Amino acid sequence: MTGTKRTKADTPLVEMRDMCISFGGVHAVDHVSVDLHAGEVVGLLGHNGAGKSTLIKMLSGAYKADSGEIRINGERVEIHNPRDARRHNIETIYQTLALADNLDAASNLFLGRELVTPFGLVDEDAMEAETRKIMARLNPNFAKFSEPVSALSGGQRQSVAIARAVYFNARILIMDEPTAALGPHETQMVSELITQLKSEGIGIFLISHDIHDVMELCDRASVMKNGKLVGTVDVDDVTDDDLLGMIILGKQPGQASATEG
Amino acid sequence: MTQTDTDTSPTAASVPTSIPARRRNLVQMLELDLRLLGMVAAFAVLCIGFDLLTGGRFLTPRNIFNLTIQTVSVAIMACGMVFVIVTRNIDLSVGALLATCSAVMAMTQTRILPETLGLGLGHPLIPWITILAGLLVGTLIGAFQGYLVGYLTIPAFIVTLGGFLVWRNVAWYMTSGQTIGPLDQTFVKFGGISGTLGVTGSWIVGVLALAAALYGLWGARRNKIKHGFTVKPLWAEAALAGLIAVAILGFVAVLNAYEIPTRRLERMFEARGEVMPEGFTQGYGIPISVLVLIFIAVAMTVLARRTRLGRYIFATGGNPDAAELSGINTRLLTVKIFALMGALCAISAVVASARLANHSNDIGTLDELRVIAAAVIGGTALAGGAGTIHGAILGALIMQSLQSGMAMVGVDAPLQNIVVGAVLVLAVLIDILYRKRTGEA
Repeated sequence: MTGTKRTKADTPLVEMRDMCISFGGVHAVDHVSVDLHAGEVVGLLGHNGAGKSTLIKMLSGAYKADSGEIRINGERVEIHNPRDARRHNIETIYQTLALADNLDAASNLFLGRELVTPFGLVDEDAMEAETRKIMARLNPNFAKFSEPVSALSGGQRQSVAIARAVYFNARILIMDEPTAALGPHETQMVSELITQLKSEGIGIFLISHDIHDVMELCDRASVMKNGKLVGTVDVDDVTDDDLLGMIILGKQPGQASATEG
Repeated sequence: MTQTDTDTSPTAASVPTSIPARRRNLVQMLELDLRLLGMVAAFAVLCIGFDLLTGGRFLTPRNIFNLTIQTVSVAIMACGMVFVIVTRNIDLSVGALLATCSAVMAMTQTRILPETLGLGLGHPLIPWITILAGLLVGTLIGAFQGYLVGYLTIPAFIVTLGGFLVWRNVAWYMTSGQTIGPLDQTFVKFGGISGTLGVTGSWIVGVLALAAALYGLWGARRNKIKHGFTVKPLWAEAALAGLIAVAILGFVAVLNAYEIPTRRLERMFEARGEVMPEGFTQGYGIPISVLVLIFIAVAMTVLARRTRLGRYIFATGGNPDAAELSGINTRLLTVKIFALMGALCAISAVVASARLANHSNDIGTLDELRVIAAAVIGGTALAGGAGTIHGAILGALIMQSLQSGMAMVGVDAPLQNIVVGAVLVLAVLIDILYRKRTGEA
């Protein structure tokens, strides 16, 4: 799962440089830079409130950065809202899933990007047909197409959220705690999906506070603490304890021994 | 993921997937809306009950005709209120806004156009310019309130509570509290009894409506087949079509059966300088105001179900954050919804003032409560995300039937309002229990 990543010295798929955002005087994200290559999974680690979700929301368009620049394939882009992000093929699976509970799976999948008939009316049947296709691929047991998603189980809801991200040919996928609300079985499903998407050349930011997830799925990990970037490491080069040290103490691996020794 | 046979929820998902197809009961097979069915049943019980109590006076063509024209004004606004409530807002200013629109239109057609602009009373353009002016004012006021709610994030309750006082008294100020009238002769045709389609016209409209409904039914079926979804059995489709045909044509027949009183006919003939032939009768047919309501109901239903705007309204009501993250501009959406509500208030103002043939200072008083009650009785959830246009119209009809039925039976005025209030609360309780049982929301 590693191996290829270091040889990719070419332009990163995404670069976020010197990103800053503050809310009411609190620097939620303070001069943070991260990058992501095609076919790579980068984990974002940190405590609650470390700023990882906030950082990534600037990429998905939910927040507007105070300063800093975002480059996609080396080109500078402006992302002011979720529509801009979607235009750059950035798709996000939010921790809250961001589903409208009163609508069915198809309506949620196409929310904001409805298929329309030549008269400009929403083509409900075409959307349901497309939803059936993608669900057959992601979660073949999914059958509740005409019920509101509030009637679905956690895993089923998760697969609707994932389908929404995957359907529109994402190149950059942001997953915010994708397994937080799932049982082991469903977590396994998400892991397999990540591996598959990665092999298709999609770049994935995986936000997590589960170190084991990150060790297993990610190529690199960026650790944040108190809104600042502690450091970015190759997962293969570090141990669980090194990552823990970064998260808890905010120290680079090696740096700890250097200062203490 | 292709080869993984993951079942995301082994207990919940795998079991019911195959069974429902067989276990579907009649209601599901016909894809009927149970809640709607319940409301229709309640309405039917109400009508039959009053008919028995009044000795057959309730279900006469005359009373049904009156009921429909009395319902139109509230029903039109209830259509807009559905969208407002679905997006978790409220509009307490609709009655007052109706009064302002009515005052603007009354002044436009009796003072501004004939006198200030010198068109003279009875000019053929007056009603149309008047209605346009009313629509413009209603839409702008609505959009302004929507802007305060959406962009300046003042709670809708406060904005429209303020609007309730402001617009009621703007109307008063404009007319100095006077009753303004008589209104233009063409304008008055939108009120009900003085503007109907006549027997032949009504049948034509009825048949056209039926044709449109059948075409819609057929089109939906064809589309489902095209995508390979399961469709209702043909007999069910035919039964539904038959039901629709009976409803539409029956409604037309009833309205046609209400005959214009002989003395009124005589006067109409005299006005034309003719003598009425012996034994001549003529039915009223569909009132223009009812036609307006039907048109609005269809347009709003299409808007709700088949347009992106409608999608976004329901998505925003269901989960505002998700809607925002999906790239929906929820602030602008709020402005649009309130603007639409304002426009509908203006149309209601046309109908309400035309029915009275003048603008009175208390026009639309308490309408905000009737409109909200109609929408809520019709199944619109105050928590947002759920509601239908036809439900709201049925809700308005139930409220009006209750009120005028009690008046016919001879229930005292205070008791009437006590009953209406209790029914409102009871209806919402039933809705909550129903939702709990079906697991919705």
